[in-house]
Amino acid sequence: MQLDETKIRQDGLNIRIIQTKKFKTNQFVLKFKSLLSEDKVTARALLPYVLQSSTEKWPTTALFRSHLDDLYGASASVDVNKKGEYHILTFAVDIANEKYLQDNTPLTEQALNVLNEMVFHPLLEDGAFSQKVVESEKRTLNQKLKAVKDDKMRYASQRLVEEMCSGEAYALHPNGIESELENITPEKLMEAYQQMISSDEVDLYIVGDIDSGQMEKLCKEKFSIASRENVKAIQKHITIEDSKKIVEKQQIKQGKLNIGYRSNTFYGDHDYLPMAVMNGILGGFPHSKLFMNVREKESLAYYAASRLESHKGLIVIMSGVEPAKIERAETIIEEQLEAIKNGDISDQELSQTKAVMTNQMLETLDSPRGIIEVLYQGETAGIPVNIQGWFDGIERVTKEDVTEAANKLLKDTTYILTAKEVAESA
Amino acid sequence: MHKKVFAQLDEELYIEKMSNGLQVCILPKKDFNKTFATFTTKYGSIDNQFIPLGEEDYIRVPDGVAHFLEHKMFEKEEGDVFQKFSINGASANAFTSFTRTAYLFSSTSNFEKNLDVLIDFVQAPYFTEETVEKEKGIIGQEITMYDDNADWRLYFGAIENMFKHHPVKVDIAGTVESISAITKDHLYQCYNTFYHPSNMMLFIVGAVDPEEVMNHVRDNQSAKSFEPEETIDRKFADEPDAVNREHHELKMDVQVSKCMVGIKSDAKEISGKELLKKELSVNTALDILFGKTSEHYTSLYDEGLIDDHFSYDFTQENNFGFALVGSNTPDPEKLSAQIKEILLNEVQSPSITEDQLQSVKKKNIGGFLRSLNSPEFIANQFTRYAFNDMDLFEAVPVLETLTLEDVHEAFSSLVQEDRITSFYILPKENA
Repeated sequence: MQLDETKIRQDGLNIRIIQTKKFKTNQFVLKFKSLLSEDKVTARALLPYVLQSSTEKWPTTALFRSHLDDLYGASASVDVNKKGEYHILTFAVDIANEKYLQDNTPLTEQALNVLNEMVFHPLLEDGAFSQKVVESEKRTLNQKLKAVKDDKMRYASQRLVEEMCSGEAYALHPNGIESELENITPEKLMEAYQQMISSDEVDLYIVGDIDSGQMEKLCKEKFSIASRENVKAIQKHITIEDSKKIVEKQQIKQGKLNIGYRSNTFYGDHDYLPMAVMNGILGGFPHSKLFMNVREKESLAYYAASRLESHKGLIVIMSGVEPAKIERAETIIEEQLEAIKNGDISDQELSQTKAVMTNQMLETLDSPRGIIEVLYQGETAGIPVNIQGWFDGIERVTKEDVTEAANKLLKDTTYILTAKEVAESA
Repeated sequence: MHKKVFAQLDEELYIEKMSNGLQVCILPKKDFNKTFATFTTKYGSIDNQFIPLGEEDYIRVPDGVAHFLEHKMFEKEEGDVFQKFSINGASANAFTSFTRTAYLFSSTSNFEKNLDVLIDFVQAPYFTEETVEKEKGIIGQEITMYDDNADWRLYFGAIENMFKHHPVKVDIAGTVESISAITKDHLYQCYNTFYHPSNMMLFIVGAVDPEEVMNHVRDNQSAKSFEPEETIDRKFADEPDAVNREHHELKMDVQVSKCMVGIKSDAKEISGKELLKKELSVNTALDILFGKTSEHYTSLYDEGLIDDHFSYDFTQENNFGFALVGSNTPDPEKLSAQIKEILLNEVQSPSITEDQLQSVKKKNIGGFLRSLNSPEFIANQFTRYAFNDMDLFEAVPVLETLTLEDVHEAFSSLVQEDRITSFYILPKENA
């Protein structure tokens, strides 16, 4: 299994062109990577939204979106997220491959024009962003930050990370800090923009049925990004003396029990794949120990799962539990992890988990964004992804490797969100 | 087996009706790693009054049975079906909607083995009192999870406002109380009635050889025996055209208010091309009125009344349908008033132009191509269309023929003052 991949380094821009006939559209994704930091995170979170709202050529959303509609519904989107302690801003354009249209006017170059205009030609007034656009996007971002609290599942995940990683950059939410938002002026935003353009690590991904030679030529014409230093976060190993427990109450019906562990295993480490398999056996899938025991055997929760934070060395367990049964669920969850630590893993659990992980990776490679995210996962850590190596590596993981990985886990923080009044349970 | 070729799209669809009535469709996808299969019954949460197979009188089953049945299908005497899929490296899932229950998996190896697991587990019910009781705890948790989900409450709040009798107003999972009344006998009764092959569709998309897979399904089905095909008798109470109530609101532990405006479709039964045309026409009108290129979107956004949660959609099924327009908003009253005004004004003095119509057509043609990247979209949507006697691959050709008159007619027959309702989620004081 190999991707048909062309890598080009064009000054400060890493270009990856993935040639495939699977899709009916072509996908273009530009990613900017910087370190997460308290003083920059809020302005950076706002930037992509301001950029997509007004450009020189398309000063209003309505004009920009009309242009996209005329390009056979090209989709342009922005996204802000974090990977480990990196803050990543994504600009994407997906456009129909004209091969499948009755009208054969080439669209690829148009897609690059859209991306170029959106990122590099913002609408400016006296050298800064438009006051009106900035204010309106601040309002939307403010509402988005508030709304996180209204989605209890997301809220509980965020609160766990804030408590567990307090003092570390990872505790920051990629969408920024609510109280910082009011201080952002068009001028401050401009500074953040200039910094993004001049110092972020920049990656461009192109996926589709395209000619890589022609793409290379077009990219040279459209993008000029000066050379720069790589952006590198420090991966700290954390030791835990006493684990913390935080309990919060709200007027809700279903409680949330989330537990965070330090794995101190990072993407690319020698035991990274064993840790990933460990996570799969514990709570990655419907056949995993958490789902089978917390949900199916004990009927304690609707969901109980675990997630690996590859670039931060964490494993996080999440569950939705009846408030009166949180303690019971906590005990069962602990027992599942203990079982893995003691090597209580059946051959079937190990082989199922490997089979499902392999399947999941192959499926991810069936979507254009999936391909890009898999490749970028490695790029973020500075370790180029070798797909076949990944499959072989998963296959080689033994029960002993998994047990060893589980024994590295240090329980850091338990976060409980529960009801103000807990009903007596039968 | 017959073959339909869509040359412009470079896709082929293979279709066959098995002798037991099961419809099987296969759409091969070259170069894909995965194959995705859905096995769907035309049975959802709204089908709560019917004549059980082999009986004579209508019965009414407890709310939430279809969804409960979906959960229980996965548990067999020999254990959990998820395990069987994951041994073969497949990931499986299921969902229940108002009108359908679908079982599905995707896999990148052992496809035929997984396909047998899918067909066989859905065609071999196993329910006991004990396992039914145990499931009530899990589903109870699922229901309370949705109870805490403000977006879900908003969605259902608007639907409850619109419908007086139609079972679409009942939450798909039922309530903790309604599911407590479910017994294994209900499950068998519903299963026997609605899971007959003639009421189901199997759809396969991905890296497969259609001949081989069709043979495989044929062999699987001919080894089993089924009752003869019968028409299913469902009953729905008469639903007035006007909304159940004009407004309602709910206070929750939230930070940001939410507003949803619902527009109820008339109760006239509709299917096939007529349905397709209505759905496309109304969605086109909504796109032009509320899409990001519209004046209305711009002014609502500039006024700070909507944010990027703003959404609009119209769905029409055989005997119910509704449009929803809503957003997170600091001022739900002002937003709902403006949405209503925009809707009613458009009926009074149509503003949609030919250019706008052409632009939406172009946008949707590209959007359809993008959807074809997704095996999940193809299988789920094709099945939904087929259950309403529509053809997914007709959507673009029909869209291309829509005229301004079509759009205006469909829109103005939908949008009438007594069919509009609003629902708000408001922050609780001192929460």
